[in-house]
Amino acid sequence: MLRGKQTWWFENRPVILGAATVVGPDEGDGPLAPCFDLIHPELDMQQKSWEKAERLLMEQATDIAIRNAGVSKEQLQFFIGGDLLNQIISSTFAARELELPYLGVFGACSTSMESLALSAMLVNSRSARRVLAGVCSHNCTAEKQFRYPTEYGSQKPPTAQYTVTGAGAAVIAEEGSGPVITSATIGRVVDMGITDPFNMGAAMAPAAVDTIQSHFEDTGRSPEDYDLIVTGDLASVGHPIAKDLLERNGVPIGKTEFTDCGLMIYDMVKQKNIIQAGGSGCACSAVVTYGHLLKRVRKGELKRILVVATGALMSPLSYQQGETIPCIAHAVSIEGGG
Amino acid sequence: MATKSAGRGPYKKIGMSPKEYKQFAKSREPARSIGVNCLRAFLVGGLICVLGQFIQNMFMHFFKMSETQAGNPTVAVLIIISVILTCLGVYDKLAQWAGAGSAVPVTGFANSMCSAALEHRSEGLVLGVGGHMFRLAGSVIVFGTVAAFFVGIAHLIFGTGGQH
Repeated sequence: MLRGKQTWWFENRPVILGAATVVGPDEGDGPLAPCFDLIHPELDMQQKSWEKAERLLMEQATDIAIRNAGVSKEQLQFFIGGDLLNQIISSTFAARELELPYLGVFGACSTSMESLALSAMLVNSRSARRVLAGVCSHNCTAEKQFRYPTEYGSQKPPTAQYTVTGAGAAVIAEEGSGPVITSATIGRVVDMGITDPFNMGAAMAPAAVDTIQSHFEDTGRSPEDYDLIVTGDLASVGHPIAKDLLERNGVPIGKTEFTDCGLMIYDMVKQKNIIQAGGSGCACSAVVTYGHLLKRVRKGELKRILVVATGALMSPLSYQQGETIPCIAHAVSIEGGG
Repeated sequence: MATKSAGRGPYKKIGMSPKEYKQFAKSREPARSIGVNCLRAFLVGGLICVLGQFIQNMFMHFFKMSETQAGNPTVAVLIIISVILTCLGVYDKLAQWAGAGSAVPVTGFANSMCSAALEHRSEGLVLGVGGHMFRLAGSVIVFGTVAAFFVGIAHLIFGTGGQH
């Protein structure tokens, strides 16, 4: 049901029946390592190309998610997936193995919550009984496509972020036990004129602010209604900017714990040399949410959380042509359920 | 649950022009230490040059080459070292620390070609390695050639030509 201007209210309370996360070696060295279902010790995962490795992450995450949900593949109706590569090949090729009716989505790094929100909407509207949502990203495919060859020696500025190698998937069902998805706010594209692809945190912060404010306005909620509000991948440059902007706009964000998945996934001191400002990529918010936050919700440590996944919607072509970086953020609120 | 008005509620808009936001964001960027970067580039770039000089002297000493003759094999050895370090995954880590120090010498050029060739090996030898090897180095060659052309013209006009 539409509430306010851009928020879906899920009165039928779709449930996250099970979820799974698969990550690469750097994420396995990070503080959230115990939360992940599978950690690959090598970036190439014994595959012949980086793209094949990324696809493997997605295939494994979806397989484990289905197993964790305690259902069989035949009991699922749809798969909604996305990734960062051109023509979202990782999701599409993984969907080929899954043999499920498939919707491919792209919202850059916000794809994690975009796919989750759409899955919840399908289930809530009784268009499906069980939906599989999944996203993946790989550091090396992202470097190859968006930046330079992985072994190229160039100095990254301190504002640069490190794309998370991993995949996260979840099974959303109309009934069962697990955390409940209660609402989702679909973001607008916001472009504040940042052109530097090595400073995506600053580019995406206004989009996160716009979506968070819209969520509060549409739902009548305020920060204190949440135990945790977490942005997707704003990292150490973008996250303080988002906080400043929210405070300037009169949002009492200090009344809740406001943090960022890109700051949680790596050890910001020990791994500083490789990650610079923090994590990014659609797997960043996916593995932190599905791996770490959902477990805390299940345990009852967190009662209600808002995950605001942020995405920078540029392509290598657009920034080489001097275009600014349009950004988006989608918010999904998750509560402890029955 | 109770809802407040679903209108554009109590919060202000961001209300900044792109120009103002750029300044706002810029002031929150971590500073990039130019001094430290220059020092590191000087150290690493200098050391690579010292290594090159050492190799050249070896060629002159052991193979009785002239200084000019020793130039080409010296460059070849530096390129091989750079390519090996790139393949071992070391050169990019060195570059993060050294910045321009590892990018400017001939080793940086070799790294740019080798890394592109490695990266695109998965697309095959012709379209992958062949087609992408000069992805980064290509512009250096293009503008190097163009610059050499204009310098050559200038030499011709002013009669200041170099060696014959």
